[in-house]
Amino acid sequence: MSDAAGAPVRVGVLALQGGFEAHGRMLRALGADVREVRVPGDLDGLDALVLPGGESTTMTLGIEREGLAEPLRAFHAAGRPMFGTCAGLIMLDRAHLGIMDILAERNAFGRQVHSFEEELDFGLPGGPVHAVFIRAPWIAEHGAEVEVLASVDGHPVAAREGRLLVISFHPELGSDTRLHELFLQIVAGTA
Amino acid sequence: MRDEATFTVKAGLAEMLKGGVIMDVVDPEQAKIAEAAGACAVMALERVPSDIRRDGGVARMSDPEMIEGIQAAVTIPVMAKARIGHFAEAEVLQALEVDYIDESEVLTPADEANHIDKWPFKVPFVCGATNLGEALRRIGEGAAMIRSKGEAGTGDIVEAVRHLRTINGEIRRLGTLDDAELATAAKEHGAPLDLVRSVAEHGRLPVVVFCAGGIATPADAALVMKLGAEGVFVGSGIFKSEDPERRGAAIVEATTHFKDPARVLSASRGLGHAMESLETRKLDEQQLLASRGW
Repeated sequence: MSDAAGAPVRVGVLALQGGFEAHGRMLRALGADVREVRVPGDLDGLDALVLPGGESTTMTLGIEREGLAEPLRAFHAAGRPMFGTCAGLIMLDRAHLGIMDILAERNAFGRQVHSFEEELDFGLPGGPVHAVFIRAPWIAEHGAEVEVLASVDGHPVAAREGRLLVISFHPELGSDTRLHELFLQIVAGTA
Repeated sequence: MRDEATFTVKAGLAEMLKGGVIMDVVDPEQAKIAEAAGACAVMALERVPSDIRRDGGVARMSDPEMIEGIQAAVTIPVMAKARIGHFAEAEVLQALEVDYIDESEVLTPADEANHIDKWPFKVPFVCGATNLGEALRRIGEGAAMIRSKGEAGTGDIVEAVRHLRTINGEIRRLGTLDDAELATAAKEHGAPLDLVRSVAEHGRLPVVVFCAGGIATPADAALVMKLGAEGVFVGSGIFKSEDPERRGAAIVEATTHFKDPARVLSASRGLGHAMESLETRKLDEQQLLASRGW
């Protein structure tokens, strides 16, 4: 994946805590130039950002400690795409960074013993996506501009709003790269 | 078609804890302090390891009411400890729906020959290890996360460093062996051959590895992260120190920014006294917790 000039796209992965390494591995395998983001200065020069899974309370406190909330909102306002998975979805919602017009319900499926895997239809070429849900949230409310991409038990678990993509499960933990490819297409302006 | 509690979701929760600090807490108030300090999970137990050392006696699973109080107080994952081999305690913890069970040498072992068969459980397990063979035996029994043992309740980092270096050094050495030698290495490590082959191929354990036992300062956390830990457990180090709120937050900050000495420096300032410590070398053989488990 590269930009018009042939340089690889530069994708940041928020690395305060959580599953950032797995996202980095998958994005590198798809040809992106990946940088871990811990402080506002790390956002400079990036084309896009992934907010990974992890503990949403820990991540919220980390964003506060590092003064990252305003820089992240500015990153979005500048038109740069963002991809939130699990806790990353929560970070983008109305109650946290307020970047995406969704409201997440945390730990919506219950405690860890109720974490699960299932095949989920995304309407993507190649058939259903194998989705791994870990103490996952769902989207309890969303605005009219938000397109729901997939649901479980009637609750949205994947959605898109312009250049924002959110998924409540963990596409980075498997070997299916299609959802990361979808994000890179959003970055490239081809999806 | 939904599959609950697969190994992928068990090991996956540990992936989401990475880069974080798991703090020992003994009541809901401490749990809230830990959460506000940025802990990615709490370990609910009746006595922190340094008190278990001081008090003596049999250390058992905690009172379920205390664990429930902690579950009600925080939204981060709640872990709890069962005695080595005490599968009935583990079943009680599963019925409580704790998020992770630590089959822990800090408690008094219930079985001196066998660990819990962890595969039938829906709750994932974390287990301690002092070397690669021990880690792989635990994974073979179904553990979804490993922590190096260190020497709990001492505030002395020396054993944590020894165990992490041993595990990672043994992993590196496996990478230099051919197939015939790997079979011999499996025998020497007392570890399942398929897991030995997997480690040799991938250069890492198939589950997340945290460090435990002796972390008392932000620099301790940075040290073990630099030695390859993927996150840290802090037991007595926070709530036995002078200012648990600040020290907890400082250890979280140092764990995130372990590669940046300037940040570890700023996290280390003005924390008050660390926990009262014990030098591991001066402990008697029977006072060592890390040698429990086999």
